[in-house]
Amino acid sequence: MAIVDRVGSALEHGPGRVVLSSLDALFDWARSHSQWVMPMGTACCAMEMIASFPFTKFDSDRHGVIPQADPRHADVMVVAGTITRKMQPAVIRLYEQMPDPKWVIAMGNCTVSGGIFYYDTYSVVRGVDEFLPVDVYIAGCPPRPEAVQDALMQLREKIRQESIGPNTRHVRKLTLPGPGESRASVEPSEPGEVG
Amino acid sequence: MNIDELRDHLCGQYPDLCPLFSIEFGDGTLQVECRGLYDAAADLKSLGFDMLGMVTAVDRGEHFEMVYRLTSREMSVGMFLKCLVPRDKPHTRSLYDLWPAALWQEREVYDLFGIEFDGHPDLRRIMLPEDWVGHPLRKDYQDERIIKRPDYI
Repeated sequence: MAIVDRVGSALEHGPGRVVLSSLDALFDWARSHSQWVMPMGTACCAMEMIASFPFTKFDSDRHGVIPQADPRHADVMVVAGTITRKMQPAVIRLYEQMPDPKWVIAMGNCTVSGGIFYYDTYSVVRGVDEFLPVDVYIAGCPPRPEAVQDALMQLREKIRQESIGPNTRHVRKLTLPGPGESRASVEPSEPGEVG
Repeated sequence: MNIDELRDHLCGQYPDLCPLFSIEFGDGTLQVECRGLYDAAADLKSLGFDMLGMVTAVDRGEHFEMVYRLTSREMSVGMFLKCLVPRDKPHTRSLYDLWPAALWQEREVYDLFGIEFDGHPDLRRIMLPEDWVGHPLRKDYQDERIIKRPDYI
């Protein structure tokens, strides 16, 4: 039973009641109902994302899903669109600017696996899970709005299973196989070079 | 103005360019030597072609073919300007002085084909990361990260 239901039943019996729960349940309840989403739109799926949940009559606010343009205010990054090798460092930097805990939704075939750019392409990353820990994948080119909303519900269920223990989620060490040795990594640049 | 009127207008103003003019797929095309490209482009600009809409290149094997798409708003006509640059040391004169629109488009051609533009004020990569190796739109571009599409698809 969710903690919110116990709060309701406790209030029915008058003031001064005590609700016993675990911290995990309390935090998971709060986090799962407050997914502030950063729309990381890079290609045509971004248009579908805009039409799917944050800005339209589907009223995602009732789920606590609120679009945030600033990664420092966001919990969930929805990566929507093709990730090119030039965009990859920017996506990593934006992900690193998000405060923990944070989750990633990969929306669309290009973001899941490279999609139609899987073969014969020199400039496209084959899936955002090559460098980010993805929680929910949405197939489709582009996905239906129902699929995007279902992904948010799936992510809510996943958040409810998590523990608030020491967070082991982190960006995988990224090594790009490439012809140039200087392209071996996309580590963040030196502090003095941040533009 | 249609193509024939454009040809007459061009031949009347610049008779030396007249034999280089041809009609390919319904569009006027001026095929020049690359060392005379800048002068021909300057002539076309003074003829009324005030807009450089596109700069691109084609890999023709031993040569790269530079392609410039020019448009005249006043005459309401467009045409192509082409020249062949050798593959071993591909470079040509920048048209940035004539049309500032060439600034980024020549950077793109430099990025993807490796053709250098003499006189370009800011010649560096624009589409790919700056530390990229190679020029991907060349036919002989090799990249071990490319997964070749299987034949059965």
